[in-house]
Amino acid sequence: MSKTPPGRGEALAGSLASLTILPAIVPFGMLFGALAITAGFTPWQTMLASGTIYAGASQYLMLEMLGQSISPFAILLAMLAINFRHVLYSAALGRHLQRFSTWQKGLAFALMVDPVFAAGEQRARATTSLGPAWYFGYAASVYAVWMLANALGMTFGALIPEPARWGLDYVLPLYFLGLLMGFRSSSGFLPVLGAAVSGSIAVHLTIGAPYHILGGALAGLAVAVWRAPATHGSEREP
Amino acid sequence: MSDGELTALILVAAFMAFLTRVGGHLILVRFTPLHPRVEAALQAVPVAVLGALIAPAILLGGPAELVASIVAGLIALRASTAWVIACGVVVLVVLRRLAEG
Repeated sequence: MSKTPPGRGEALAGSLASLTILPAIVPFGMLFGALAITAGFTPWQTMLASGTIYAGASQYLMLEMLGQSISPFAILLAMLAINFRHVLYSAALGRHLQRFSTWQKGLAFALMVDPVFAAGEQRARATTSLGPAWYFGYAASVYAVWMLANALGMTFGALIPEPARWGLDYVLPLYFLGLLMGFRSSSGFLPVLGAAVSGSIAVHLTIGAPYHILGGALAGLAVAVWRAPATHGSEREP
Repeated sequence: MSDGELTALILVAAFMAFLTRVGGHLILVRFTPLHPRVEAALQAVPVAVLGALIAPAILLGGPAELVASIVAGLIALRASTAWVIACGVVVLVVLRRLAEG
Protein backbone atom coordinates (compact mmCIF):
# COMPACT_ATOMS: atom_id res chain seq x y z
CA MET A 1 0.00 0.00 0.00
CA SER A 2 2.92 2.37 0.67
CA LYS A 3 3.69 2.60 -3.06
CA THR A 4 0.18 3.76 -3.99
CA PRO A 5 -0.22 7.55 -4.13
CA PRO A 6 -2.13 8.63 -1.00
CA GLY A 7 -4.89 10.18 -3.15
CA ARG A 8 -5.84 6.88 -4.74
CA GLY A 9 -6.30 5.11 -1.40
CA GLU A 10 -8.35 8.06 -0.16
CA ALA A 11 -10.55 8.06 -3.26
CA LEU A 12 -11.14 4.34 -2.86
CA ALA A 13 -11.98 4.83 0.82
CA GLY A 14 -14.49 7.54 -0.12
CA SER A 15 -16.01 5.35 -2.77
CA LEU A 16 -16.30 2.43 -0.33
CA ALA A 17 -17.88 4.71 2.28
CA SER A 18 -20.68 5.49 -0.19
CA LEU A 19 -21.66 1.82 -0.44
CA THR A 20 -24.07 2.00 2.50
CA ILE A 21 -26.03 4.80 0.83
CA LEU A 22 -26.12 3.45 -2.72
CA PRO A 23 -28.98 0.95 -2.18
CA ALA A 24 -31.24 3.89 -1.33
CA ILE A 25 -30.33 5.80 -4.47
CA VAL A 26 -31.21 2.98 -6.87
CA PRO A 27 -35.01 2.82 -6.34
CA PHE A 28 -35.16 6.62 -6.04
CA GLY A 29 -33.35 7.08 -9.37
CA MET A 30 -35.19 4.25 -11.13
CA LEU A 31 -38.53 5.68 -10.11
CA PHE A 32 -37.62 9.10 -11.48
CA GLY A 33 -36.46 7.58 -14.77
CA ALA A 34 -39.70 5.66 -15.12
CA LEU A 35 -41.99 8.54 -14.09
CA ALA A 36 -40.22 11.04 -16.37
CA ILE A 37 -40.78 8.83 -19.41
CA THR A 38 -44.42 8.40 -18.41
CA ALA A 39 -44.71 12.20 -18.05
CA GLY A 40 -43.55 12.66 -21.65
CA PHE A 41 -39.82 13.37 -21.22
CA THR A 42 -37.60 11.94 -23.94
CA PRO A 43 -34.82 9.63 -22.65
CA TRP A 44 -32.35 12.39 -23.47
CA GLN A 45 -34.32 14.97 -21.46
CA THR A 46 -34.59 12.54 -18.54
CA MET A 47 -30.83 12.05 -18.41
CA LEU A 48 -30.28 15.80 -18.91
CA ALA A 49 -32.55 16.59 -15.95
CA SER A 50 -30.99 14.00 -13.66
CA GLY A 51 -27.46 14.80 -14.78
CA THR A 52 -27.63 18.59 -14.54
CA ILE A 53 -30.35 19.46 -12.01
CA TYR A 54 -29.19 16.46 -9.91
CA ALA A 55 -31.63 17.15 -7.07
CA GLY A 56 -34.10 14.28 -7.01
CA ALA A 57 -36.77 15.72 -4.71
CA SER A 58 -37.06 18.88 -6.81
CA GLN A 59 -37.18 16.79 -10.00
CA TYR A 60 -40.13 14.79 -8.65
CA LEU A 61 -41.81 18.08 -7.81
CA MET A 62 -41.18 19.30 -11.37
CA LEU A 63 -42.86 16.19 -12.82
CA GLU A 64 -45.83 16.57 -10.53
CA MET A 65 -46.31 20.26 -11.36
CA LEU A 66 -45.84 19.71 -15.11
CA GLY A 67 -48.61 17.13 -14.88
CA GLN A 68 -50.90 19.80 -13.45
CA SER A 69 -49.98 22.28 -16.23
CA ILE A 70 -48.61 24.81 -13.75
CA SER A 71 -46.66 27.75 -15.25
CA PRO A 72 -42.88 27.30 -15.68
CA PHE A 73 -42.24 30.28 -13.43
CA ALA A 74 -44.22 28.74 -10.55
CA ILE A 75 -42.45 25.42 -11.12
CA LEU A 76 -39.03 27.07 -10.91
CA LEU A 77 -40.05 28.94 -7.75
CA ALA A 78 -41.20 25.75 -6.03
CA MET A 79 -38.00 23.98 -7.11
CA LEU A 80 -35.99 26.86 -5.69
CA ALA A 81 -37.87 26.54 -2.39
CA ILE A 82 -37.12 22.83 -2.15
CA ASN A 83 -33.48 23.33 -3.21
CA PHE A 84 -32.85 26.29 -0.94
CA ARG A 85 -31.41 23.87 1.61
CA HIS A 86 -28.39 23.62 -0.70
CA VAL A 87 -27.54 27.24 0.15
CA LEU A 88 -27.24 26.19 3.79
CA TYR A 89 -25.34 23.02 2.87
CA SER A 90 -22.99 25.09 0.72
CA ALA A 91 -22.26 27.56 3.50
CA ALA A 92 -21.62 24.73 5.97
CA LEU A 93 -19.55 22.45 3.73
CA GLY A 94 -17.54 25.36 2.28
CA ARG A 95 -15.76 25.72 5.64
CA HIS A 96 -14.16 22.31 5.15
CA LEU A 97 -12.83 22.76 1.60
CA GLN A 98 -9.49 24.46 2.39
CA ARG A 99 -7.59 21.69 0.60
CA PHE A 100 -9.65 22.11 -2.60
CA SER A 101 -8.53 24.30 -5.54
CA THR A 102 -11.06 26.77 -6.96
CA TRP A 103 -12.28 24.48 -9.75
CA GLN A 104 -12.34 21.54 -7.34
CA LYS A 105 -14.61 23.61 -5.10
CA GLY A 106 -16.91 24.31 -8.03
CA LEU A 107 -17.12 20.62 -8.87
CA ALA A 108 -17.52 19.70 -5.20
CA PHE A 109 -20.57 21.97 -4.94
CA ALA A 110 -22.02 20.77 -8.25
CA LEU A 111 -21.96 17.19 -6.89
CA MET A 112 -23.25 18.13 -3.42
CA VAL A 113 -26.50 16.23 -2.91
CA ASP A 114 -27.91 15.40 0.54
CA PRO A 115 -25.90 12.22 1.23
CA VAL A 116 -22.69 13.75 -0.15
CA PHE A 117 -23.13 16.80 2.08
CA ALA A 118 -23.92 14.63 5.11
CA ALA A 119 -20.92 12.37 4.48
CA GLY A 120 -18.59 15.32 3.84
CA GLU A 121 -19.68 17.06 7.04
CA GLN A 122 -19.21 13.90 9.09
CA ARG A 123 -15.82 13.18 7.53
CA ALA A 124 -14.66 16.74 8.17
CA ARG A 125 -15.85 16.61 11.79
CA ALA A 126 -14.18 13.24 12.37
CA THR A 127 -10.83 13.96 10.71
CA THR A 128 -10.69 17.80 10.92
CA SER A 129 -9.63 17.97 7.26
CA LEU A 130 -11.71 16.84 4.30
CA GLY A 131 -9.54 15.73 1.35
CA PRO A 132 -10.57 16.17 -2.29
CA ALA A 133 -9.75 12.55 -3.17
CA TRP A 134 -12.03 11.11 -0.48
CA TYR A 135 -14.82 13.57 -1.26
CA PHE A 136 -14.75 12.98 -5.02
CA GLY A 137 -14.48 9.22 -4.51
CA TYR A 138 -17.71 9.36 -2.53
CA ALA A 139 -19.47 11.96 -4.71
CA ALA A 140 -18.59 10.34 -8.04
CA SER A 141 -19.93 6.97 -6.87
CA VAL A 142 -23.23 8.53 -5.85
CA TYR A 143 -23.50 10.39 -9.17
CA ALA A 144 -22.65 7.33 -11.26
CA VAL A 145 -25.16 5.11 -9.45
CA TRP A 146 -27.85 7.82 -9.67
CA MET A 147 -27.41 8.15 -13.44
CA LEU A 148 -27.30 4.37 -13.92
CA ALA A 149 -30.47 3.95 -11.86
CA ASN A 150 -32.21 6.61 -13.98
CA ALA A 151 -31.23 4.79 -17.17
CA LEU A 152 -32.49 1.50 -15.73
CA GLY A 153 -35.77 3.10 -14.68
CA MET A 154 -36.29 4.56 -18.16
CA THR A 155 -35.65 1.21 -19.79
CA PHE A 156 -37.39 -1.14 -17.40
CA GLY A 157 -39.88 1.29 -15.88
CA ALA A 158 -42.83 -0.93 -16.71
CA LEU A 159 -41.33 -3.64 -14.50
CA ILE A 160 -41.37 -1.46 -11.36
CA PRO A 161 -44.31 -2.58 -9.25
CA GLU A 162 -46.77 -0.18 -7.61
CA PRO A 163 -44.44 1.97 -5.48
CA ALA A 164 -46.75 2.21 -2.44
CA ARG A 165 -47.36 -1.55 -2.33
CA TRP A 166 -43.64 -2.17 -1.81
CA GLY A 167 -43.01 0.84 0.39
CA LEU A 168 -40.83 2.47 -2.28
CA ASP A 169 -42.68 5.75 -1.82
CA TYR A 170 -41.22 5.88 1.69
CA VAL A 171 -37.59 5.10 0.87
CA LEU A 172 -36.67 8.76 0.70
CA PRO A 173 -37.88 9.80 4.19
CA LEU A 174 -36.22 6.71 5.69
CA TYR A 175 -33.03 7.52 3.88
CA PHE A 176 -33.00 11.09 5.18
CA LEU A 177 -33.85 9.75 8.64
CA GLY A 178 -30.74 7.55 8.46
CA LEU A 179 -28.62 10.56 7.44
CA LEU A 180 -30.15 12.65 10.24
CA MET A 181 -29.41 10.00 12.89
CA GLY A 182 -25.76 10.09 11.80
CA PHE A 183 -25.60 13.53 13.47
CA ARG A 184 -27.25 12.50 16.76
CA SER A 185 -24.13 13.19 18.82
CA SER A 186 -23.70 16.74 17.49
CA SER A 187 -24.15 19.58 19.96
CA GLY A 188 -27.76 20.61 20.59
CA PHE A 189 -29.16 17.74 18.53
CA LEU A 190 -32.50 17.44 20.35
CA PRO A 191 -33.38 21.13 20.74
CA VAL A 192 -32.40 21.92 17.14
CA LEU A 193 -34.31 18.90 15.86
CA GLY A 194 -37.35 19.76 18.00
CA ALA A 195 -37.48 23.30 16.61
CA ALA A 196 -36.94 22.15 13.03
CA VAL A 197 -39.69 19.52 13.27
CA SER A 198 -42.16 21.92 14.95
CA GLY A 199 -41.45 24.68 12.43
CA SER A 200 -41.72 22.29 9.52
CA ILE A 201 -45.07 20.87 10.65
CA ALA A 202 -46.46 24.34 11.40
CA VAL A 203 -45.55 25.65 7.93
CA HIS A 204 -46.73 22.46 6.26
CA LEU A 205 -50.16 22.77 7.89
CA THR A 206 -50.51 26.49 7.10
CA ILE A 207 -48.59 27.65 4.01
CA GLY A 208 -48.03 24.12 2.69
CA ALA A 209 -45.26 22.17 0.93
CA PRO A 210 -42.50 22.68 -0.14
CA TYR A 211 -42.02 25.76 2.06
CA HIS A 212 -41.92 23.62 5.23
CA ILE A 213 -38.28 22.79 4.47
CA LEU A 214 -37.19 26.41 4.65
CA GLY A 215 -39.48 27.25 7.58
CA GLY A 216 -38.38 24.25 9.65
CA ALA A 217 -34.70 24.70 8.82
CA LEU A 218 -34.73 28.35 9.87
CA ALA A 219 -36.48 27.45 13.15
CA GLY A 220 -33.77 24.85 13.86
CA LEU A 221 -30.97 27.28 13.03
CA ALA A 222 -32.57 29.98 15.20
CA VAL A 223 -32.43 27.63 18.19
CA ALA A 224 -28.80 26.81 17.42
CA VAL A 225 -27.93 30.52 17.31
CA TRP A 226 -29.87 31.18 20.50
CA ARG A 227 -28.01 28.37 22.28
CA ALA A 228 -24.62 29.48 20.93
CA PRO A 229 -23.37 31.52 23.93
CA ALA A 230 -23.85 28.54 26.23
CA THR A 231 -22.05 26.07 23.94
CA HIS A 232 -19.20 28.49 23.15
CA GLY A 233 -18.88 29.57 26.76
CA SER A 234 -15.14 30.26 26.59
CA GLU A 235 -15.31 32.32 23.39
CA ARG A 236 -16.37 35.78 24.49
CA GLU A 237 -17.15 38.40 21.89
CA PRO A 238 -14.35 40.96 21.46
CA MET B 1 -45.29 22.42 -23.34
CA SER B 2 -43.14 21.67 -26.39
CA ASP B 3 -39.99 19.57 -26.36
CA GLY B 4 -37.84 22.67 -26.73
CA GLU B 5 -39.60 24.48 -23.90
CA LEU B 6 -39.18 21.47 -21.62
CA THR B 7 -35.45 21.31 -22.41
CA ALA B 8 -35.17 25.03 -21.64
CA LEU B 9 -37.01 24.54 -18.34
CA ILE B 10 -34.63 21.72 -17.40
CA LEU B 11 -31.57 23.86 -18.18
CA VAL B 12 -32.85 26.87 -16.21
CA ALA B 13 -33.68 24.58 -13.27
CA ALA B 14 -30.17 23.09 -13.50
CA PHE B 15 -28.59 26.55 -13.48
CA MET B 16 -30.65 27.57 -10.45
CA ALA B 17 -29.77 24.33 -8.66
CA PHE B 18 -26.07 25.05 -9.24
CA LEU B 19 -26.47 28.61 -7.96
CA THR B 20 -27.98 27.35 -4.70
CA ARG B 21 -25.04 24.94 -4.35
CA VAL B 22 -22.29 27.55 -4.75
CA GLY B 23 -24.31 30.47 -3.38
CA GLY B 24 -24.12 29.71 0.32
CA HIS B 25 -20.35 29.44 0.21
CA LEU B 26 -19.88 32.55 -1.95
CA ILE B 27 -21.97 34.62 0.47
CA LEU B 28 -20.28 33.22 3.55
CA VAL B 29 -16.64 33.78 2.49
CA ARG B 30 -17.39 37.53 2.59
CA PHE B 31 -17.98 37.23 6.32
CA THR B 32 -14.87 35.43 7.53
CA PRO B 33 -13.76 35.07 10.25
CA LEU B 34 -17.09 33.69 11.34
CA HIS B 35 -18.92 34.92 14.39
CA PRO B 36 -19.42 32.07 16.91
CA ARG B 37 -23.19 32.35 16.45
CA VAL B 38 -22.86 31.90 12.68
CA GLU B 39 -20.53 28.99 13.32
CA ALA B 40 -23.14 27.45 15.65
CA ALA B 41 -25.83 27.87 12.98
CA LEU B 42 -23.66 26.16 10.36
CA GLN B 43 -22.91 23.29 12.74
CA ALA B 44 -26.67 22.80 13.08
CA VAL B 45 -27.41 22.80 9.33
CA PRO B 46 -27.55 19.01 8.83
CA VAL B 47 -29.91 18.40 11.76
CA ALA B 48 -32.13 21.43 11.06
CA VAL B 49 -32.51 20.79 7.33
CA LEU B 50 -32.90 17.02 7.43
CA GLY B 51 -35.35 17.29 10.35
CA ALA B 52 -37.47 19.87 8.52
CA LEU B 53 -37.35 17.82 5.34
CA ILE B 54 -38.76 14.59 6.77
CA ALA B 55 -41.04 15.81 9.58
CA PRO B 56 -44.32 15.91 7.54
CA ALA B 57 -43.76 12.50 5.95
CA ILE B 58 -43.17 10.94 9.37
CA LEU B 59 -45.66 12.79 11.58
CA LEU B 60 -48.45 13.51 9.10
CA GLY B 61 -48.09 10.37 6.96
CA GLY B 62 -50.22 8.01 9.06
CA PRO B 63 -49.77 5.39 11.82
CA ALA B 64 -47.92 2.86 9.63
CA GLU B 65 -45.41 5.50 8.52
CA LEU B 66 -44.92 6.70 12.09
CA VAL B 67 -44.26 3.20 13.47
CA ALA B 68 -41.92 2.32 10.58
CA SER B 69 -39.99 5.55 11.18
CA ILE B 70 -39.63 4.89 14.91
CA VAL B 71 -38.31 1.39 14.21
CA ALA B 72 -35.96 2.77 11.55
CA GLY B 73 -34.77 5.48 13.92
CA LEU B 74 -33.94 2.92 16.61
CA ILE B 75 -32.11 0.75 14.09
CA ALA B 76 -30.08 3.81 13.08
CA LEU B 77 -28.57 3.81 16.59
CA ARG B 78 -26.79 0.56 15.73
CA ALA B 79 -26.68 -0.06 11.98
CA SER B 80 -25.87 1.65 8.68
CA THR B 81 -28.33 3.58 6.50
CA ALA B 82 -28.93 0.62 4.20
CA TRP B 83 -30.30 -1.37 7.17
CA VAL B 84 -32.36 1.58 8.34
CA ILE B 85 -34.10 1.75 4.96
CA ALA B 86 -34.51 -2.00 4.54
CA CYS B 87 -36.04 -2.55 7.99
CA GLY B 88 -38.21 0.57 7.74
CA VAL B 89 -39.62 -0.51 4.38
CA VAL B 90 -40.35 -4.05 5.62
CA VAL B 91 -42.20 -2.77 8.70
CA LEU B 92 -44.13 -0.29 6.57
CA VAL B 93 -45.18 -2.87 3.98
CA VAL B 94 -46.30 -5.33 6.67
CA LEU B 95 -48.33 -2.67 8.51
CA ARG B 96 -49.94 -1.44 5.30
CA ARG B 97 -50.96 -5.00 4.36
CA LEU B 98 -52.40 -5.53 7.85
CA ALA B 99 -54.37 -2.30 7.54
CA GLU B 100 -55.75 -3.49 4.18
CA GLY B 101 -57.02 -6.53 6.06
